[in-house]
Amino acid sequence: MSPKPEPDHVSARGPTSSGPGCPDAANFIDIRNVRKVYSSRGGSVEALAGVSLQVRRGEFVSLLGPSGCGKSTLLMIIGGLIPATAGEVRVAGTPIRDAQTDVGIVFQDPVLLDWRSSLDNVMIQIEARRLDRNVYLPRARELLASVGLGGFEDKHPFELSGGMRQRVSICRALVHRPRLLLMDEPFGALDALTRDQMNFDLQRIWLQDPVTVLLVTHSISEAVFLSDRIVVMSPRPGLVDTIVEIDLPRPRGLDMQESPAFSGYVHDIKHRFALRGVIRG
Amino acid sequence: MDKSPRDPSSIIYPAFTIALLLMCWEVLTRTGAAPPYALPSPRDVLMEVIDRWPALLTNALSTTVVIVVGFALSVVLGIALAVLISSSRAFEKSIYPLLVGSQAIPKLALAPLFVVWFGFGLLPKSLMTFFIAVFPVVISTVQGIASVEPELEFLARSMGLGQYRTFRMIRLYRALPSIFAGLKVAITLAVVGAVVSEFVGSDEGLGTLLLRAIGAVNTPLLFAALLVLTVLAVLLFALIELVERVAIPWHVSQRSR
Repeated sequence: MSPKPEPDHVSARGPTSSGPGCPDAANFIDIRNVRKVYSSRGGSVEALAGVSLQVRRGEFVSLLGPSGCGKSTLLMIIGGLIPATAGEVRVAGTPIRDAQTDVGIVFQDPVLLDWRSSLDNVMIQIEARRLDRNVYLPRARELLASVGLGGFEDKHPFELSGGMRQRVSICRALVHRPRLLLMDEPFGALDALTRDQMNFDLQRIWLQDPVTVLLVTHSISEAVFLSDRIVVMSPRPGLVDTIVEIDLPRPRGLDMQESPAFSGYVHDIKHRFALRGVIRG
Repeated sequence: MDKSPRDPSSIIYPAFTIALLLMCWEVLTRTGAAPPYALPSPRDVLMEVIDRWPALLTNALSTTVVIVVGFALSVVLGIALAVLISSSRAFEKSIYPLLVGSQAIPKLALAPLFVVWFGFGLLPKSLMTFFIAVFPVVISTVQGIASVEPELEFLARSMGLGQYRTFRMIRLYRALPSIFAGLKVAITLAVVGAVVSEFVGSDEGLGTLLLRAIGAVNTPLLFAALLVLTVLAVLLFALIELVERVAIPWHVSQRSR
Protein backbone atom coordinates (compact mmCIF):
# COMPACT_ATOMS: atom_id res chain seq x y z
CA MET A 1 0.00 0.00 0.00
CA SER A 2 1.57 3.31 -1.04
CA PRO A 3 2.04 5.86 1.77
CA LYS A 4 -0.77 8.37 1.85
CA PRO A 5 0.26 12.02 1.47
CA GLU A 6 0.34 13.72 4.87
CA PRO A 7 -1.83 16.79 5.08
CA ASP A 8 0.22 19.74 6.26
CA HIS A 9 -1.23 21.85 9.06
CA VAL A 10 -1.06 25.61 8.70
CA SER A 11 -1.20 26.02 12.44
CA ALA A 12 -1.15 23.19 14.89
CA ARG A 13 -3.47 23.23 17.87
CA GLY A 14 -1.89 20.26 19.51
CA PRO A 15 -1.63 16.61 18.62
CA THR A 16 -4.80 14.88 17.54
CA SER A 17 -4.41 11.34 18.71
CA SER A 18 -5.82 8.51 16.71
CA GLY A 19 -4.73 5.58 18.81
CA PRO A 20 -7.03 3.26 20.74
CA GLY A 21 -6.82 5.11 24.04
CA CYS A 22 -7.98 8.48 22.69
CA PRO A 23 -10.82 10.40 24.32
CA ASP A 24 -14.09 10.11 22.42
CA ALA A 25 -14.42 13.86 21.96
CA ALA A 26 -11.20 14.25 20.01
CA ASN A 27 -11.95 11.41 17.67
CA PHE A 28 -15.66 11.79 17.30
CA ILE A 29 -15.38 11.19 13.59
CA ASP A 30 -12.42 9.14 12.52
CA ILE A 31 -11.90 8.82 8.79
CA ARG A 32 -9.14 6.44 7.84
CA ASN A 33 -7.80 6.25 4.32
CA VAL A 34 -11.16 6.35 2.64
CA ARG A 35 -11.18 5.64 -1.06
CA LYS A 36 -14.09 5.79 -3.46
CA VAL A 37 -13.92 4.49 -6.96
CA TYR A 38 -16.82 4.68 -9.36
CA SER A 39 -16.68 2.17 -12.15
CA SER A 40 -18.63 2.44 -15.34
CA ARG A 41 -18.40 1.10 -18.87
CA GLY A 42 -16.00 3.88 -19.75
CA GLY A 43 -13.57 2.94 -17.05
CA SER A 44 -13.20 3.82 -13.41
CA VAL A 45 -13.11 7.21 -11.74
CA GLU A 46 -11.31 7.67 -8.46
CA ALA A 47 -13.45 10.19 -6.62
CA LEU A 48 -11.50 9.90 -3.36
CA ALA A 49 -7.93 8.65 -3.28
CA GLY A 50 -7.29 7.97 0.37
CA VAL A 51 -8.61 10.61 2.73
CA SER A 52 -7.87 10.63 6.42
CA LEU A 53 -9.29 13.06 8.90
CA GLN A 54 -10.32 13.34 12.52
CA VAL A 55 -13.10 15.60 13.68
CA ARG A 56 -13.63 16.62 17.29
CA ARG A 57 -17.00 16.62 18.93
CA GLY A 58 -18.70 19.99 18.63
CA GLU A 59 -16.33 21.14 15.91
CA PHE A 60 -17.44 23.03 12.83
CA VAL A 61 -15.47 21.65 9.93
CA SER A 62 -15.77 22.69 6.30
CA LEU A 63 -14.81 20.57 3.33
CA LEU A 64 -13.69 23.13 0.80
CA GLY A 65 -12.73 22.54 -2.78
CA PRO A 66 -13.69 22.84 -6.43
CA SER A 67 -16.20 20.52 -8.04
CA GLY A 68 -14.91 17.03 -8.62
CA CYS A 69 -12.72 16.96 -5.52
CA GLY A 70 -14.96 14.41 -3.86
CA LYS A 71 -16.15 16.52 -0.96
CA SER A 72 -19.83 15.62 -1.40
CA THR A 73 -18.88 11.98 -1.86
CA LEU A 74 -16.93 12.09 1.39
CA LEU A 75 -19.90 13.63 3.17
CA MET A 76 -22.26 10.93 1.92
CA ILE A 77 -19.79 8.24 2.98
CA ILE A 78 -19.60 9.73 6.48
CA GLY A 79 -23.39 9.71 6.57
CA GLY A 80 -23.39 6.06 5.65
CA LEU A 81 -25.42 6.76 2.52
CA ILE A 82 -22.74 5.72 0.04
CA PRO A 83 -20.35 2.86 0.76
CA ALA A 84 -16.62 3.52 0.61
CA THR A 85 -14.56 1.37 -1.73
CA ALA A 86 -11.80 1.11 0.85
CA GLY A 87 -10.94 2.54 4.23
CA GLU A 88 -13.01 3.03 7.32
CA VAL A 89 -15.12 5.66 9.00
CA ARG A 90 -15.82 5.53 12.70
CA VAL A 91 -18.31 7.73 14.48
CA ALA A 92 -17.90 7.77 18.27
CA GLY A 93 -15.69 4.71 18.00
CA THR A 94 -18.16 2.58 16.04
CA PRO A 95 -17.45 1.80 12.40
CA ILE A 96 -20.37 2.80 10.23
CA ARG A 97 -22.07 0.10 8.25
CA ASP A 98 -25.29 1.61 7.00
CA ALA A 99 -27.12 4.95 6.89
CA GLN A 100 -26.34 6.95 10.00
CA THR A 101 -29.55 8.00 11.68
CA ASP A 102 -28.21 10.20 14.49
CA VAL A 103 -27.66 12.92 11.92
CA GLY A 104 -29.38 15.85 10.34
CA ILE A 105 -28.83 16.40 6.64
CA VAL A 106 -29.22 19.52 4.55
CA PHE A 107 -28.79 19.37 0.80
CA GLN A 108 -28.45 22.10 -1.77
CA ASP A 109 -32.05 21.35 -2.70
CA PRO A 110 -34.21 21.85 0.40
CA VAL A 111 -36.13 18.66 -0.51
CA LEU A 112 -39.25 19.68 1.33
CA LEU A 113 -42.48 17.71 1.02
CA ASP A 114 -44.92 19.78 -1.01
CA TRP A 115 -48.00 18.46 0.72
CA ARG A 116 -46.90 19.41 4.20
CA SER A 117 -46.77 22.80 5.87
CA SER A 118 -43.44 24.19 7.11
CA LEU A 119 -44.14 22.98 10.62
CA ASP A 120 -45.15 19.52 9.40
CA ASN A 121 -42.07 19.40 7.23
CA VAL A 122 -39.91 19.98 10.29
CA MET A 123 -41.97 17.50 12.30
CA ILE A 124 -41.56 14.70 9.79
CA GLN A 125 -38.16 14.18 11.36
CA ILE A 126 -39.99 13.43 14.63
CA GLU A 127 -42.71 11.31 13.06
CA ALA A 128 -40.21 9.25 11.12
CA ARG A 129 -38.34 8.43 14.31
CA ARG A 130 -41.57 7.80 16.24
CA LEU A 131 -40.60 10.31 18.88
CA ASP A 132 -43.11 12.06 21.09
CA ARG A 133 -44.75 14.78 19.05
CA ASN A 134 -45.71 16.78 22.12
CA VAL A 135 -42.13 16.95 23.33
CA TYR A 136 -40.69 18.18 20.04
CA LEU A 137 -43.47 20.40 18.72
CA PRO A 138 -42.43 23.39 20.86
CA ARG A 139 -38.84 22.90 19.74
CA ALA A 140 -39.91 22.82 16.09
CA ARG A 141 -41.85 26.05 16.58
CA GLU A 142 -38.92 27.60 18.40
CA LEU A 143 -36.47 26.66 15.64
CA LEU A 144 -38.71 28.08 12.94
CA ALA A 145 -39.15 31.28 14.94
CA SER A 146 -35.40 31.57 15.47
CA VAL A 147 -34.83 31.65 11.71
CA GLY A 148 -37.53 34.22 11.18
CA LEU A 149 -40.25 31.85 10.01
CA GLY A 150 -42.48 32.26 13.04
CA GLY A 151 -45.52 33.38 11.07
CA PHE A 152 -44.98 30.85 8.31
CA GLU A 153 -45.66 27.59 10.12
CA ASP A 154 -48.77 26.83 8.09
CA LYS A 155 -47.36 27.87 4.76
CA HIS A 156 -46.59 25.23 2.19
CA PRO A 157 -43.27 25.09 0.32
CA PHE A 158 -44.68 26.63 -2.82
CA GLU A 159 -45.57 29.70 -0.78
CA LEU A 160 -42.00 30.16 0.40
CA SER A 161 -38.93 31.60 -1.26
CA GLY A 162 -35.80 29.53 -1.84
CA GLY A 163 -34.08 30.96 1.21
CA MET A 164 -37.10 30.29 3.39
CA ARG A 165 -37.34 26.70 2.20
CA GLN A 166 -33.71 26.12 3.02
CA ARG A 167 -34.30 27.52 6.50
CA VAL A 168 -37.12 25.01 7.00
CA SER A 169 -34.73 22.32 5.80
CA ILE A 170 -32.17 23.38 8.40
CA CYS A 171 -34.78 23.36 11.17
CA ARG A 172 -35.79 19.88 10.10
CA ALA A 173 -32.17 18.77 10.34
CA LEU A 174 -31.81 20.05 13.90
CA VAL A 175 -35.18 19.44 15.57
CA HIS A 176 -34.31 15.98 16.85
CA ARG A 177 -31.02 17.15 18.40
CA PRO A 178 -28.69 14.99 16.30
CA ARG A 179 -25.06 14.64 17.28
CA LEU A 180 -23.92 15.39 13.74
CA LEU A 181 -25.05 17.84 11.09
CA LEU A 182 -24.12 17.18 7.50
CA MET A 183 -24.54 19.99 5.03
CA ASP A 184 -23.89 19.61 1.31
CA GLU A 185 -23.53 23.05 -0.27
CA PRO A 186 -26.67 24.19 1.55
CA PHE A 187 -26.55 27.74 0.24
CA GLY A 188 -25.31 26.99 -3.25
CA ALA A 189 -28.64 27.59 -4.92
CA LEU A 190 -29.28 30.93 -3.23
CA ASP A 191 -28.39 34.41 -4.37
CA ALA A 192 -25.31 36.03 -2.87
CA LEU A 193 -27.15 38.33 -0.47
CA THR A 194 -29.41 35.59 0.88
CA ARG A 195 -26.37 33.39 1.16
CA ASP A 196 -24.56 35.94 3.33
CA GLN A 197 -27.62 36.23 5.54
CA MET A 198 -27.92 32.47 5.85
CA ASN A 199 -24.29 32.29 7.00
CA PHE A 200 -25.15 34.60 9.87
CA ASP A 201 -28.32 32.67 10.65
CA LEU A 202 -26.51 29.35 10.65
CA GLN A 203 -23.83 30.66 12.99
CA ARG A 204 -26.48 31.97 15.35
CA ILE A 205 -28.43 28.71 15.46
CA TRP A 206 -25.28 26.69 15.81
CA LEU A 207 -23.98 28.78 18.72
CA GLN A 208 -27.21 28.11 20.61
CA ASP A 209 -26.54 24.38 20.46
CA PRO A 210 -23.10 23.52 19.02
CA VAL A 211 -23.56 20.20 17.28
CA THR A 212 -20.68 18.72 15.27
CA VAL A 213 -20.97 20.09 11.74
CA LEU A 214 -19.50 18.99 8.45
CA LEU A 215 -20.15 21.56 5.77
CA VAL A 216 -19.36 21.06 2.13
CA THR A 217 -18.82 24.31 0.30
CA HIS A 218 -16.95 25.88 -2.55
CA SER A 219 -17.03 29.33 -1.04
CA ILE A 220 -13.77 30.22 0.71
CA SER A 221 -15.24 33.14 2.65
CA GLU A 222 -18.17 31.04 3.80
CA ALA A 223 -15.82 28.37 5.08
CA VAL A 224 -13.61 30.89 6.89
CA PHE A 225 -16.62 32.63 8.42
CA LEU A 226 -18.25 29.51 9.82
CA SER A 227 -15.53 26.98 10.59
CA ASP A 228 -13.13 25.93 13.30
CA ARG A 229 -11.12 24.09 10.70
CA ILE A 230 -11.19 23.97 6.93
CA VAL A 231 -10.24 20.82 5.07
CA VAL A 232 -8.98 22.09 1.76
CA MET A 233 -9.35 19.41 -0.88
CA SER A 234 -7.87 19.03 -4.32
CA PRO A 235 -9.54 17.32 -7.23
CA ARG A 236 -8.84 14.37 -9.45
CA PRO A 237 -8.16 12.40 -7.46
CA GLY A 238 -9.88 13.68 -4.33
CA LEU A 239 -7.31 14.24 -1.62
CA VAL A 240 -6.85 16.41 1.41
CA ASP A 241 -4.50 19.19 0.44
CA THR A 242 -4.28 21.15 3.67
CA ILE A 243 -6.11 21.57 6.91
CA VAL A 244 -6.44 25.19 7.98
CA GLU A 245 -7.20 26.10 11.58
CA ILE A 246 -9.35 29.21 11.84
CA ASP A 247 -8.36 31.05 14.96
CA LEU A 248 -11.06 33.71 15.06
CA PRO A 249 -13.29 34.37 18.06
CA ARG A 250 -17.03 33.88 17.92
CA PRO A 251 -19.57 35.22 17.27
CA ARG A 252 -18.05 36.37 14.03
CA GLY A 253 -19.67 39.47 12.66
CA LEU A 254 -19.69 41.77 9.65
CA ASP A 255 -16.67 43.74 10.91
CA MET A 256 -14.68 40.57 11.28
CA GLN A 257 -15.27 39.79 7.65
CA GLU A 258 -13.39 42.97 6.81
CA SER A 259 -10.56 42.31 9.26
CA PRO A 260 -7.01 41.55 8.10
CA ALA A 261 -7.02 38.21 9.91
CA PHE A 262 -10.08 37.06 8.01
CA SER A 263 -8.80 38.31 4.68
CA GLY A 264 -5.51 36.67 5.46
CA TYR A 265 -7.11 33.26 5.73
CA VAL A 266 -9.13 33.78 2.56
CA HIS A 267 -6.06 34.95 0.72
CA ASP A 268 -3.92 32.05 1.86
CA ILE A 269 -6.45 29.50 0.73
CA LYS A 270 -7.00 31.23 -2.59
CA HIS A 271 -3.26 31.28 -3.08
CA ARG A 272 -3.16 27.60 -2.34
CA PHE A 273 -5.79 26.92 -4.96
CA ALA A 274 -3.87 29.02 -7.44
CA LEU A 275 -0.70 27.04 -6.70
CA ARG A 276 -2.55 23.81 -7.34
CA GLY A 277 -3.99 25.13 -10.55
CA VAL A 278 -7.55 25.14 -9.27
CA ILE A 279 -7.74 28.87 -9.92
CA ARG A 280 -5.92 30.13 -12.94
CA GLY A 281 -5.63 33.90 -13.14
CA MET B 1 -55.06 27.11 -0.18
CA ASP B 2 -55.01 29.90 -2.71
CA LYS B 3 -57.51 29.32 -5.48
CA SER B 4 -58.36 31.81 -8.17
CA PRO B 5 -62.09 32.55 -8.46
CA ARG B 6 -63.75 30.43 -11.13
CA ASP B 7 -62.89 32.23 -14.31
CA PRO B 8 -66.09 32.96 -16.32
CA SER B 9 -64.16 32.60 -19.54
CA SER B 10 -63.76 28.87 -18.88
CA ILE B 11 -67.51 28.54 -19.37
CA ILE B 12 -68.03 31.25 -21.97
CA TYR B 13 -65.34 30.06 -24.37
CA PRO B 14 -66.51 26.46 -24.80
CA ALA B 15 -70.17 27.54 -24.73
CA PHE B 16 -69.48 29.99 -27.52
CA THR B 17 -67.55 27.41 -29.55
CA ILE B 18 -70.32 24.86 -29.15
CA ALA B 19 -72.94 27.43 -30.17
CA LEU B 20 -70.88 28.25 -33.25
CA LEU B 21 -70.57 24.58 -34.19
CA LEU B 22 -74.30 24.09 -33.68
CA MET B 23 -75.03 27.00 -36.01
CA CYS B 24 -72.79 25.54 -38.71
CA TRP B 25 -74.45 22.18 -38.24
CA GLU B 26 -77.92 23.74 -38.55
CA VAL B 27 -76.91 25.58 -41.70
CA LEU B 28 -75.50 22.42 -43.25
CA THR B 29 -78.74 20.52 -42.75
CA ARG B 30 -81.02 23.44 -43.73
CA THR B 31 -79.28 24.07 -47.03
CA GLY B 32 -79.52 20.40 -47.85
CA ALA B 33 -75.77 20.07 -48.24
CA ALA B 34 -75.98 16.93 -46.11
CA PRO B 35 -78.86 14.43 -46.53
CA PRO B 36 -81.02 13.84 -43.42
CA TYR B 37 -80.12 10.17 -43.12
CA ALA B 38 -76.44 11.08 -42.94
CA LEU B 39 -76.67 14.21 -40.82
CA PRO B 40 -79.90 14.97 -38.99
CA SER B 41 -80.49 18.57 -37.97
CA PRO B 42 -79.73 19.62 -34.39
CA ARG B 43 -83.44 20.10 -33.90
CA ASP B 44 -84.23 16.52 -34.94
CA VAL B 45 -81.60 15.20 -32.56
CA LEU B 46 -82.97 17.30 -29.74
CA MET B 47 -86.51 16.04 -30.44
CA GLU B 48 -85.20 12.50 -30.39
CA VAL B 49 -83.50 13.07 -27.05
CA ILE B 50 -86.69 14.47 -25.55
CA ASP B 51 -88.88 11.71 -27.00
CA ARG B 52 -86.61 8.87 -26.02
CA TRP B 53 -85.56 10.32 -22.70
CA PRO B 54 -86.59 7.39 -20.45
CA ALA B 55 -84.86 4.82 -22.67
CA LEU B 56 -81.75 6.95 -22.96
CA LEU B 57 -81.60 7.44 -19.22
CA THR B 58 -82.04 3.75 -18.38
CA ASN B 59 -79.39 2.71 -20.87
CA ALA B 60 -77.06 5.47 -19.74
CA LEU B 61 -77.37 4.26 -16.16
CA SER B 62 -76.61 0.71 -17.22
CA THR B 63 -73.48 1.84 -19.06
CA THR B 64 -72.47 4.02 -16.14
CA VAL B 65 -72.55 1.04 -13.81
CA VAL B 66 -70.26 -0.87 -16.19
CA ILE B 67 -67.90 2.11 -16.43
CA VAL B 68 -67.73 2.66 -12.70
CA VAL B 69 -67.17 -1.01 -11.85
CA GLY B 70 -64.55 -1.44 -14.56
CA PHE B 71 -62.83 1.80 -13.59
CA ALA B 72 -62.82 0.96 -9.90
CA LEU B 73 -61.24 -2.41 -10.71
CA SER B 74 -58.60 -0.78 -12.86
CA VAL B 75 -57.74 1.73 -10.12
CA VAL B 76 -57.44 -0.82 -7.32
CA LEU B 77 -55.69 -3.54 -9.28
CA GLY B 78 -53.71 -1.11 -11.41
CA ILE B 79 -52.20 0.68 -8.42
CA ALA B 80 -51.57 -2.62 -6.65
CA LEU B 81 -49.79 -3.93 -9.72
CA ALA B 82 -47.75 -0.75 -9.99
CA VAL B 83 -46.67 -0.98 -6.36
CA LEU B 84 -45.54 -4.56 -6.93
CA ILE B 85 -43.65 -3.62 -10.06
CA SER B 86 -41.96 -0.76 -8.21
CA SER B 87 -40.88 -2.81 -5.24
CA SER B 88 -39.51 -5.92 -6.94
CA ARG B 89 -37.08 -5.99 -9.82
CA ALA B 90 -37.95 -9.62 -10.50
CA PHE B 91 -41.64 -8.85 -10.65
CA GLU B 92 -41.03 -5.86 -12.89
CA LYS B 93 -39.02 -7.89 -15.36
CA SER B 94 -41.56 -10.72 -15.45
CA ILE B 95 -44.75 -8.71 -15.68
CA TYR B 96 -43.94 -5.55 -17.60
CA PRO B 97 -43.42 -7.06 -21.07
CA LEU B 98 -46.59 -9.14 -20.65
CA LEU B 99 -48.53 -6.06 -19.65
CA VAL B 100 -47.32 -4.02 -22.58
CA GLY B 101 -47.91 -6.90 -24.98
CA SER B 102 -51.45 -7.36 -23.77
CA GLN B 103 -52.23 -3.79 -24.74
CA ALA B 104 -51.48 -4.51 -28.35
CA ILE B 105 -54.40 -6.93 -28.56
CA PRO B 106 -57.43 -5.15 -30.04
CA LYS B 107 -60.02 -5.25 -27.32
CA LEU B 108 -62.85 -5.64 -29.78
CA ALA B 109 -61.34 -9.01 -30.68
CA LEU B 110 -61.31 -9.99 -27.02
CA ALA B 111 -64.93 -9.04 -26.42
CA PRO B 112 -66.54 -12.12 -28.06
CA LEU B 113 -64.06 -14.31 -26.19
CA PHE B 114 -65.21 -12.80 -22.91
CA VAL B 115 -68.80 -13.58 -23.85
CA VAL B 116 -67.85 -17.18 -24.48
CA TRP B 117 -66.04 -17.36 -21.13
CA PHE B 118 -68.38 -15.37 -18.93
CA GLY B 119 -71.62 -15.11 -20.83
CA PHE B 120 -73.68 -11.96 -20.85
CA GLY B 121 -74.02 -9.52 -17.99
CA LEU B 122 -71.99 -7.19 -15.86
CA LEU B 123 -68.92 -9.43 -15.38
CA PRO B 124 -67.61 -9.66 -18.96
CA LYS B 125 -68.45 -6.02 -19.63
CA SER B 126 -66.66 -4.67 -16.59
CA LEU B 127 -63.70 -6.97 -17.26
CA MET B 128 -63.40 -5.54 -20.75
CA THR B 129 -63.58 -2.05 -19.33
CA PHE B 130 -60.97 -2.97 -16.74
CA PHE B 131 -58.58 -4.32 -19.35
CA ILE B 132 -58.75 -1.17 -21.41
CA ALA B 133 -58.51 1.25 -18.51
CA VAL B 134 -55.84 -0.44 -16.38
CA PHE B 135 -52.80 0.28 -18.50
CA PRO B 136 -52.56 4.08 -18.02
CA VAL B 137 -53.15 3.60 -14.29
CA VAL B 138 -50.24 1.18 -13.98
CA ILE B 139 -47.84 3.20 -16.11
CA SER B 140 -48.56 6.54 -14.47
CA THR B 141 -48.36 5.06 -10.98
CA VAL B 142 -45.05 3.32 -11.65
CA GLN B 143 -43.70 6.56 -13.05
CA GLY B 144 -44.93 8.53 -10.06
CA ILE B 145 -43.41 6.15 -7.54
CA ALA B 146 -40.08 6.12 -9.33
CA SER B 147 -39.87 9.90 -9.53
CA VAL B 148 -38.21 10.42 -6.21
CA GLU B 149 -34.91 12.23 -6.43
CA PRO B 150 -31.82 10.72 -4.74
CA GLU B 151 -31.65 13.44 -2.08
CA LEU B 152 -35.12 12.55 -0.88
CA GLU B 153 -34.14 8.92 -0.64
CA PHE B 154 -31.02 9.86 1.31
CA LEU B 155 -33.14 11.99 3.60
CA ALA B 156 -35.58 9.14 4.21
CA ARG B 157 -32.74 6.74 5.03
CA SER B 158 -31.05 9.21 7.35
CA MET B 159 -34.34 9.57 9.22
CA GLY B 160 -34.40 5.82 9.71
CA LEU B 161 -37.35 5.15 7.42
CA GLY B 162 -37.60 1.65 6.01
CA GLN B 163 -39.01 0.74 2.61
CA TYR B 164 -42.64 0.56 3.68
CA ARG B 165 -42.71 3.79 5.67
CA THR B 166 -40.78 5.66 2.99
CA PHE B 167 -43.51 4.55 0.61
CA ARG B 168 -46.40 5.43 2.89
CA MET B 169 -45.08 8.79 4.06
CA ILE B 170 -43.31 10.04 0.97
CA ARG B 171 -43.47 8.07 -2.27
CA LEU B 172 -47.23 7.64 -2.31
CA TYR B 173 -47.92 11.36 -2.00
CA ARG B 174 -45.21 12.13 -4.51
CA ALA B 175 -46.89 9.76 -6.93
CA LEU B 176 -50.41 11.20 -6.59
CA PRO B 177 -50.17 13.88 -9.31
CA SER B 178 -48.90 11.27 -11.72
CA ILE B 179 -51.57 8.80 -10.67
CA PHE B 180 -54.32 11.33 -11.25
CA ALA B 181 -53.01 12.02 -14.73
CA GLY B 182 -53.32 8.30 -15.38
CA LEU B 183 -56.81 8.21 -13.86
CA LYS B 184 -58.01 10.95 -16.17
CA VAL B 185 -56.87 8.99 -19.20
CA ALA B 186 -58.27 5.79 -17.71
CA ILE B 187 -61.78 7.15 -17.16
CA THR B 188 -62.12 8.20 -20.79
CA LEU B 189 -60.84 4.81 -21.88
CA ALA B 190 -63.27 3.17 -19.47
CA VAL B 191 -66.15 4.87 -21.26
CA VAL B 192 -64.92 3.53 -24.57
CA GLY B 193 -64.32 0.12 -23.07
CA ALA B 194 -67.82 -0.08 -21.64
CA VAL B 195 -69.43 0.85 -24.94
CA VAL B 196 -67.29 -1.62 -26.87
CA SER B 197 -68.20 -4.39 -24.47
CA GLU B 198 -71.85 -3.59 -24.99
CA PHE B 199 -71.49 -3.95 -28.74
CA VAL B 200 -70.79 -7.63 -28.30
CA GLY B 201 -72.17 -9.00 -25.11
CA SER B 202 -75.16 -7.01 -23.97
CA ASP B 203 -78.86 -6.35 -24.31
CA GLU B 204 -78.82 -3.00 -22.57
CA GLY B 205 -76.69 0.12 -22.35
CA LEU B 206 -75.77 2.97 -24.63
CA GLY B 207 -73.55 0.72 -26.73
CA THR B 208 -76.43 -1.61 -27.45
CA LEU B 209 -78.63 1.37 -28.26
CA LEU B 210 -76.01 2.67 -30.68
CA LEU B 211 -75.89 -0.69 -32.42
CA ARG B 212 -79.68 -0.81 -32.78
CA ALA B 213 -79.76 2.73 -34.14
CA ILE B 214 -77.10 1.85 -36.72
CA GLY B 215 -78.95 -1.30 -37.68
CA ALA B 216 -82.21 0.58 -38.17
CA VAL B 217 -80.45 3.50 -39.87
CA ASN B 218 -82.07 5.66 -37.21
CA THR B 219 -79.52 8.46 -37.41
CA PRO B 220 -81.29 10.85 -35.03
CA LEU B 221 -81.30 8.14 -32.37
CA LEU B 222 -77.65 7.42 -33.11
CA PHE B 223 -76.77 11.05 -32.56
CA ALA B 224 -78.94 11.25 -29.49
CA ALA B 225 -77.15 8.26 -27.95
CA LEU B 226 -73.77 9.71 -28.86
CA LEU B 227 -74.75 13.01 -27.29
CA VAL B 228 -75.70 11.34 -24.03
CA LEU B 229 -72.48 9.32 -24.14
CA THR B 230 -70.39 12.45 -24.62
CA VAL B 231 -72.10 14.24 -21.75
CA LEU B 232 -71.52 11.18 -19.57
CA ALA B 233 -67.82 11.06 -20.42
CA VAL B 234 -67.37 14.77 -19.72
CA LEU B 235 -69.18 14.50 -16.38
CA LEU B 236 -67.09 11.55 -15.26
CA PHE B 237 -63.88 13.29 -16.28
CA ALA B 238 -64.95 16.40 -14.38
CA LEU B 239 -65.62 14.24 -11.36
CA ILE B 240 -62.08 12.89 -11.42
CA GLU B 241 -60.76 16.43 -11.73
CA LEU B 242 -62.83 17.43 -8.72
CA VAL B 243 -61.42 14.58 -6.66
CA GLU B 244 -57.96 15.60 -7.81
CA ARG B 245 -58.56 19.17 -6.66
CA VAL B 246 -59.48 17.94 -3.22
CA ALA B 247 -56.73 15.33 -3.01
CA ILE B 248 -53.72 17.30 -4.18
CA PRO B 249 -54.40 20.99 -3.69
CA TRP B 250 -50.70 21.51 -3.00
CA HIS B 251 -49.52 20.46 -6.44
CA VAL B 252 -48.32 23.01 -8.95
CA SER B 253 -50.91 21.84 -11.49
CA GLN B 254 -53.76 22.81 -9.17
CA ARG B 255 -52.77 26.39 -8.57
CA SER B 256 -54.12 29.35 -10.48
CA ARG B 257 -53.04 29.12 -14.07
